[in-house]
This record gives sequence, structure tokens and C-alpha cells, in this order.
Amino acid sequence: MGKISNEDLLAKISAKFADKVTSVSEPFGLLTFETDREQIIEVLDFLKNDAALQFVYLTDLTGIHYPGQAKPIGVIYHLHSLVNNVRVRIKVFLADDDVHIPTATGLWHGANWMERETYDFFGVIFDRHPDLRRILNVDDMTAFPMRKEFPLEDPNRVDKKDYFFGR
Amino acid sequence: MSEIQLVDAPAGIEGAGFFATTADKVLGIARANSLWPLPFATSCCGIEFMATAASHYDIARFGAERMSFSPRQADLLMVMGTISKKMGPVLRQVYLQMAEPRWVLSMGACACSGGIFDTYSVLQGIDEIIPVDVYIPGCPPRPEAVLDGFMLIQELVKSETLRRRNEPKYQKLLASYGIQ
Repeated sequence: MGKISNEDLLAKISAKFADKVTSVSEPFGLLTFETDREQIIEVLDFLKNDAALQFVYLTDLTGIHYPGQAKPIGVIYHLHSLVNNVRVRIKVFLADDDVHIPTATGLWHGANWMERETYDFFGVIFDRHPDLRRILNVDDMTAFPMRKEFPLEDPNRVDKKDYFFGR
Repeated sequence: MSEIQLVDAPAGIEGAGFFATTADKVLGIARANSLWPLPFATSCCGIEFMATAASHYDIARFGAERMSFSPRQADLLMVMGTISKKMGPVLRQVYLQMAEPRWVLSMGACACSGGIFDTYSVLQGIDEIIPVDVYIPGCPPRPEAVLDGFMLIQELVKSETLRRRNEPKYQKLLASYGIQ
């Protein structure tokens, strides 16, 4: 177990950001909460630079798509405090027609490629990112393939057509 | 000592002190028994190819022990493994850099059809971007299958005309891929 309990951690965060931190849960002992894009950088900055917390390591930054929700596109941050051996997970949900969120590259240079990947697969636009372009997919791809409305299979595939199987 | 095997002489006119045949056949035999492969190996098929090239299966028996890692000096492009869409232009450029005469062997389910990777990021068969002479099925194919495919290429090389690149059929094929 880490040197800081989830209760203490949540108390510190709540004391600073009060009602801006919502949907708190603890799946598998991992403190998880949601916040808004207006103060996400503030939250990250606080967690990283607070003398007691020191969440200095950005483990992962990725996206998720829940088509049924009012705000379907999610951006998820995993932070790790190497000193205290504690992890935390932060989610920010964005509306479909306004997928802007400030970049975290000012805090971690390592966020650069993670944000490019999230843009590549989910179409999340990270404002003021130094070089926001596709990183894994082909440059001329027009879709964001991890969004649910995008068909996963390649349309050029011929050997799986129904008429080969008498359907 | 093992018995040394020689290639059978092509059909021709033989007499005392001379033998006459066509240049097509002689050069075809010469090419077929000294094909320089370019192994374009991206995944597990490449491992099977390594076994094919190693001493037990020994592709050198077919005159192909000289792997060419420069497309300029290769005769046979052996594509082995999944080709993602991002790798597609690279493969095509390698093919374009090869000098005529050139042949392409597609090894394994992924290179032939995309295989299990029916997805937006993987090329559904390399014949979408370059012409293919021989397809080897399997996931991955065994070295015997690779040798069989290689021998099919040899048969092609022996039976084709000396300047395949001048044939209208071949030029039409290349044009359908937007080459030349």
C-alpha cells in the first residue's frame, strides 16, 4: 500500500477543487474521479507539484468513446506518485461537437505522443499542443478509427463476403 | 560425398561437338537457379523463412542463398508477414526500386489476404499495391511450403520469355497498378 491513503488524497483534492471533482469511485483500490476541461491542467499541476503528493509520473493518457452519453468522448489521465507509491485516475468528458481540451505537454513532455495518439484514434483536439498530427495511422486517414461509429473491418476485404459461404 | 546434381539440358539440337538451343531457355535456367531473394519479413512468417534459409531446409540448394538486402540487386521479392497500411508505400517503393526481371512471392495468410487482421490499419493482401506471382497459403506456412512456392517461381522463371517486361500483357498488369 501507498504512503497516502485514498481518503487523505481525496480530502486534499476536494479541499482545493471542492465541487469541481465529481463521480468519485475506487475500483480495485484505484482512486478515480471526473473533472472538467476548464481546470484539468490546474488539477494535474496541483497533483504533480504539491510537495506532499508528488504525482510526477504520467503513466498514461488515452481516450474512450461512450456513444450513449451526453458527453461521449472521454480523455483519461493515469498519474503515479513514485515517492508515495500511489496511483490516481482522472477522467474528463467532452461533447461530440466540441472536443477541445488543453494540452498537458506543459507539465510532461511525455504527454506529447500520448496526446497525438489520442487525437489520432479519437479526434480529441489538444489546444496549444506543439505538433498535433497523426502518429500511428496513415497520414491521409480521414476517420478516427476508435470511435464506435467507425467500422473496424476493412471494406476491401473480399474473402469474407457472404456469397463465398452460400449466404 | 553426396551426388552432385546438375540441371537437365534444355531441348535443343545436339551433334558431335556442338549443342544449339534458344537463349530464352538457357537464360531462363540460369536465372531460375540463381534467384537472389529480398526477404521483406515483418512477422512470424519471417521466422519460418529463417528456418527455410538455415541448414536443415537450406534454400541454398535452389541457388538462393544470396539474400539481397538491396532491391537493386534482387530478383525475387519475398513478402512475409502482415503489411500494415502505413508499411504499404514502403513495400511499393522497394518493388519499384527492383530492376527487371523481378518476381514477387507472397508468403502467408497476412501477405496474401490480410489474414486474421481484418481491420482498418492492415493492407488486405499485398496484391492491392503490387503484382504477385506466387501465393503461399498458411499461417505461417511450413518451410516445405516456402520451398514449394519458391520452386513454382523457378518454373515461372524458366518458362517466361527473355524480356517479359516488353510483353503487352505484363505492361498492362503493371499499368493496372499505376507503375510505369
